[in-house]
Amino acid sequence: MDPLQIIFFIFAVITLVAAFLVVTAKSLVHSALWLILALFGVAVLYVLLDAGFFAAAQVLIYIGAIAILFIFAVMLTRKDLRDAGSQQNGTWPLAAVLAVVLFAGLFFILSSWSSFGMPKPDMPAGANALSDLGLALVSANAYLLPFELASVLLVAAMIGAIYVSLIKK
Amino acid sequence: MIPLSWYLLFAAALFCIGLFGVLSRKNAVAILMGIELMLNAVNVNLIAFWRYLAPAGIAGQAFAIMVFAVAAAEVAVGLALIISVYRRRDTVAADEIDMLKW
Repeated sequence: MDPLQIIFFIFAVITLVAAFLVVTAKSLVHSALWLILALFGVAVLYVLLDAGFFAAAQVLIYIGAIAILFIFAVMLTRKDLRDAGSQQNGTWPLAAVLAVVLFAGLFFILSSWSSFGMPKPDMPAGANALSDLGLALVSANAYLLPFELASVLLVAAMIGAIYVSLIKK
Repeated sequence: MIPLSWYLLFAAALFCIGLFGVLSRKNAVAILMGIELMLNAVNVNLIAFWRYLAPAGIAGQAFAIMVFAVAAAEVAVGLALIISVYRRRDTVAADEIDMLKW
């Protein structure tokens, strides 16, 4: 095993264990903290995939904004269900079976795909993935429209979140 | 060298764990956490396919950016809804929020 494989293996195991604790932890605050660890592990995998920008965006958006929002929401809605009783609903064994079956199905389909185990190709010479991405997002014959739609969606979500959580007189 | 299969299996496992969380949790906030895990698994898949199959292209990365934006919007609206429901019904348990059930 070369060093990159060892790093991948360590962080993949950390991420999966943290993710499992996110969905099974009794206390929701602990769940939110495990979620931060899982998101950080995914950021490390982005670095291993030569996507440094996405690793930075993952830390900024997911850990910096979304995970903190989760902690706020847990603390604002913490009167009942406070670490008491089961946090799983009655059908959780069915959900577990479904998740395992889905993983087995995905594994079966993926392993019959011919380029499943393909090695990582070298980056094309002279290509700068980040500046190419930035140019494509603002170029009218590439992804300008989806980019603008995403900003409209974010504004709509912001206004909607304020409206929904407003206390009406 | 890490083969593509490792990333795909990791993403599949992360997605299934998130799905288990969504289906098995009582608390609506915890259900949203499961959704975040699933969106992350999808993003790992998108970036891995970009890097291994089309490193000269842009589509995979652009799609991942959209997933980021949609995840941020989804979590903001979702948590606002949960807090609003909590104010009116005094509960965040998903099976007690059943006003739409006939």
